[in-house]
Amino acid sequence: MLELETVVLTQGDFSLTGDFSVPDGARVAILGPSGAGKSTLIGAIAGFVPLSSGMIRWDGARIDTRPPSLRPMSILFQDHNLLPHLSVFDNVALGLNPSLRLTRADRNAVMQAIEETGLHGLENRKPAQLSGGQISRAGLARILLRARPLILLDEPFSALGPALKSTMLDLVATIAERQGATVLMITHDPEDARRLCPQTIVVADGRAEAPADTAALLQSPPPALAAYLG
Amino acid sequence: MPWRVEPRMIFWAAVLVAAALTLLNLGALGAVIWRAETGARLGAADWAAARFTVMQAVLSAVISVALAIPVARGLARRRFAGRSVLIVLMGAPFILPVLVAVIGLLAVFGRNGLFNDALALIGLPPFSIYGLHGVLLAHVFFNLPLSVRLLLQGWARVPAEHLRLSSALGFNGWARFRHIEAPMLARVVPGALAVVFLICLTSFAVALTLGGGPRATTLELAIYQAFRFDFDLGRAALLALLQAAIGIAALLLLARLTLPDTGQRGMDRVAPTPPGGLARVIDLISISIAAAFLVIPLAMVVLRGLPHVWGLPPPVWLALLQSLKVAALSVGLLAVMTGALTMGALARRWPEGVGMAALVSSPMVIGTGMFIVIHPLGDPAHWALAVTALVNAAMALPFALRAVLPAARRAEADFSRLSVSLGLTTRAHMRLVLWPRLRRPFGFAMGLGAALSLGDLGVIVLFAQTGGETLPMMVQRLMGAYRSADAAGAALVLLIVALTAFVIIERLIGGKDAGA
Repeated sequence: MLELETVVLTQGDFSLTGDFSVPDGARVAILGPSGAGKSTLIGAIAGFVPLSSGMIRWDGARIDTRPPSLRPMSILFQDHNLLPHLSVFDNVALGLNPSLRLTRADRNAVMQAIEETGLHGLENRKPAQLSGGQISRAGLARILLRARPLILLDEPFSALGPALKSTMLDLVATIAERQGATVLMITHDPEDARRLCPQTIVVADGRAEAPADTAALLQSPPPALAAYLG
Repeated sequence: MPWRVEPRMIFWAAVLVAAALTLLNLGALGAVIWRAETGARLGAADWAAARFTVMQAVLSAVISVALAIPVARGLARRRFAGRSVLIVLMGAPFILPVLVAVIGLLAVFGRNGLFNDALALIGLPPFSIYGLHGVLLAHVFFNLPLSVRLLLQGWARVPAEHLRLSSALGFNGWARFRHIEAPMLARVVPGALAVVFLICLTSFAVALTLGGGPRATTLELAIYQAFRFDFDLGRAALLALLQAAIGIAALLLLARLTLPDTGQRGMDRVAPTPPGGLARVIDLISISIAAAFLVIPLAMVVLRGLPHVWGLPPPVWLALLQSLKVAALSVGLLAVMTGALTMGALARRWPEGVGMAALVSSPMVIGTGMFIVIHPLGDPAHWALAVTALVNAAMALPFALRAVLPAARRAEADFSRLSVSLGLTTRAHMRLVLWPRLRRPFGFAMGLGAALSLGDLGVIVLFAQTGGETLPMMVQRLMGAYRSADAAGAALVLLIVALTAFVIIERLIGGKDAGA
């Protein structure tokens, strides 16, 4: 279980508070107007944004004092998830061993992740030779390989077309289900939330609300969310 | 970025390099000040040198940039076979040894040059290249292409939409200039003027070979003369102080004018149909003259040098060996300095400033200072190689940092979160993330450093005795002794070695295809 205990994030004039928990295996969308602090919230959980106060726990153990790589999570950014000079294989393998010294078993695991995300035959390509969807798949292959219990998605599919995006969301769902992982996903499209996430955290007016039922929330949104959804 | 633990070694390496550079500059100035107290005074000729230094730098900047405007405009809006080759060639003077250019210019504009032959043919009196106009000619030769490249960046930043808009609204040439080109030039020209002015302010080799005499002596040259001919260390020191004061004042005044990097980006770079008629003729003429001005002197170096390469006397080859030693040491020092300051500059600001001001005291000032320090301790000639290599590395450092640091900052901004989230160690981060992104600019910077060092005629003349000359110094001595055949051959060797070193080092370090 992920718990945020009276967390306060401050950056200049901006501040965001959050006090909620997310049960294991939940899939939660993060919705809210731009500039409200969605990325800041994910950044704090991932370890890129320091907390001003409060603490973050995973299964009861405090994690906000750990560096990002020692937190139980994998993250996909909006961009720059792949190093442009490394092959797909190496980019995925980074998730297993950052120094890229791989055993035979490691190599097999990497290949398996590549195959399961539908990238078979593309493992030697550089990111520049991939389509947008294939780049997303490579990012997901690494998440699959790392098998961390918390998956953070910072709008990684926002540049994809609707059909492709749905495919990627389904792939995320498959991976998460198989590993029993918790998913937190920033999105600005309510349809994404409906498709992947039974629950939603609304971030607005300096507060990150506790997860609530997505369908109900979108049916009768609170004022801040209603204004954003239009 | 929290959680990225910077190894202390990086911090201390940057501190060490910064301390060495500060010591080099301040130590040299300090030594100079210490010697300057011994009752030496500046005469009228010295003040004339100060005035000439500033005047020729102003004129060089204005002429270079003014002539560069039509050339850059032509290159920006015309597409023709050989255009990209010409643009690459515009970068060549930067790594061209000064003496090679001087020999080429002499072959065209000198007493027995093509230009005077042409004048004689139509019955006009000969033109003398020596003096102010020779100095300006050489400075324009070097800085016109540089200015063209700087201005081309300005044109490249004009959004294609603006050009399309101007066609859609039916702008004539004047309206296009007034609304689109002039505002862009107003942003780019001051920076270009400042760059050329600062480069010409420390002109030594050009003044040594084409200037001289009471009316065309720069301060750098005056320092050398006070040193070499009068061995008047006190006066050399005062001159060095004057040079340092002018250089620092100019740097402070002009620091705000460096090229702004905030540009609008257009959708694409397909140039709209350029205007025809008179504009076409002007573009054609500007580009042709600039190309001829650049190519003919270099072709003359090759043509005149080629027959004499095989007959070159052994001291020339010894000088080449000495030059290669200096360049090798210099590139090594440059690599250490660039590496330490780049890595250090990712977490803080000062290493960049220190590196950019690596040579705030001019080469001759540093040379004088080091001579004063070394003189009581030992024979300065023994130190010629090390001092020259160090000064050469410091000379190249600002250019190296300008190439490498932005790439490092970009790699860090794009990928440091990824690398931290995956738990890459500092070693793995450098090997897998930074190095592949940096090796290309780093290779370019080291190639540049090698070419600059091989071609430099500067502090070495203060230190080296007969037998210890570098190749540029040897060329200068051959010229001074009127052994023009040997000088031409040696200049060609120098040209080939400098260009080859640049290409080889850039390829070796940068790789054929680093990164996507």
